[in-house]
Amino acid sequence: MKVAIIGVGTTEFGELWDKSFRSLFLSAGLSALEDAGISGKEIEAIYIGNMSAGKFVDQEHIAALIADHAGLAEFGIPAIRVENADASGGSAFRQAYMAVASGMHDIVIAAGIEKVSDASDPMEVLSSAIDQEWERFVGANLPAIYAIIARLHMHKFGTKEEDLAMIAVKNHKNAVHNPKAQFRKEISVEDVMSSPYVAEPLKVLDCAPLSDGASAVVLANEEIAKRLCDTPVYVKACTQASDYFSIQNRRDILTFEAVVKASRKAYKISKIEPKDINIAEVHDSFTIAELIAYEDLGFAKKGEGAKLIREGETEIGGRIPVNTSGGLKACGHAVGATGIRQIVDLVIQLRGEAGKRQVNAENALALNIGGSGATAVVSILSR
Amino acid sequence: MVPRIWRRIRYRYNVIASYCESCGSYYYPQREICPKCRRRGIVKEVEINDEGTVLSYTVVNGRKIALIEFKNGTRMLAEVCGDIEIGSRVKKAFRRYGEDGEAGIIYYGTKFVPII
Repeated sequence: MKVAIIGVGTTEFGELWDKSFRSLFLSAGLSALEDAGISGKEIEAIYIGNMSAGKFVDQEHIAALIADHAGLAEFGIPAIRVENADASGGSAFRQAYMAVASGMHDIVIAAGIEKVSDASDPMEVLSSAIDQEWERFVGANLPAIYAIIARLHMHKFGTKEEDLAMIAVKNHKNAVHNPKAQFRKEISVEDVMSSPYVAEPLKVLDCAPLSDGASAVVLANEEIAKRLCDTPVYVKACTQASDYFSIQNRRDILTFEAVVKASRKAYKISKIEPKDINIAEVHDSFTIAELIAYEDLGFAKKGEGAKLIREGETEIGGRIPVNTSGGLKACGHAVGATGIRQIVDLVIQLRGEAGKRQVNAENALALNIGGSGATAVVSILSR
Repeated sequence: MVPRIWRRIRYRYNVIASYCESCGSYYYPQREICPKCRRRGIVKEVEINDEGTVLSYTVVNGRKIALIEFKNGTRMLAEVCGDIEIGSRVKKAFRRYGEDGEAGIIYYGTKFVPII
């Protein structure tokens, strides 16, 4: 059964000190329902991507809690939390998509949420997305893994620190026009280059912040979508893959096999090829991750990702604009919410509602990655 | 954390990989099942004592963390004490890793040092 997105909503991303975990979700969920033009009692199930409410806000069992706080307790609908590190949102979206595609449900919500600013060291929590026993123990954290990948990419393919900086610069520039973004401020290559190292060669401004935020989308089958919505956006494919958990076990640490596998499958199912993709939201938790995504998604040959950013091909106005929202880098990275936030931004783009960052697009791709790449979710959306 | 450290102590003090007798593959860290042979595999432990080569590295929180490759093809993430670059040769060394607070148990394990 064909599946369409009929409503989207997101909170702003950032350090939202005055917003609680549950109220963040409510605000995203309500705006998605309002956007879909439905009351909420039509919803048959709710899927929530969340990495670590247990560690961030000391709360587990969040799906039912959130459904209750959203006023849905009377309906008794199933509420399911999905966890795949920072690919939790994308994975929740896929579960929701499959529920509608299979005919099991007609109309559902997929949401993502993270409240990180209540925790004392959010990066420590995010780093539990890598192997505690064999990576964390020896002193590596998540930035360290991406840094090791970045250094080898530079060594092998001649990628420069400046190339990585240009990705951060582009994403900050795009975020200026995104009202939901955390950093609506342009930065220069010099700003990135002079920011301190977090894990050599990655600097502070190569790294996405960790943010509070929640996003939600309403999915429905085609028949309902056409009845309720003038501008449905269709989910042409939503695929997921996993890989060896640690870089210690990957044959080639410069290729994210899970991204390659998920995207190739998505291209095959949707009959849409990389050259037909007009816009993409990719997982730039670190600038090197966006550069390698260009290669693994088939937008550039392996080793030639830097060429795309140097030649402006991924800027707004370029051949394949990437992260017009500002990406994780500048829109913010609300961990479990990010995968849904990407979908929200692409839907806004496909409907032509993106204002100053509008791109003329027919087909859009979202890539959401968990940790250092052991999970990847790829979604292809079309008008 | 203490039981978790204790359980792994043999593997912290030595570099122990897995070897699958059915297909001849090596894995680090050790595995209970061979991803190639799965249930048909016969997985044994094998100690790695040889020198390694630095494939890539970073400096994080003042520590050098490297991805090191051994002759049998296995790769290990470990701290290196000393100056390295990509391609540097390193050998293992017994070193202090950390402790549970000021009065807590001290953890030791394998780190690497450059071969000069």
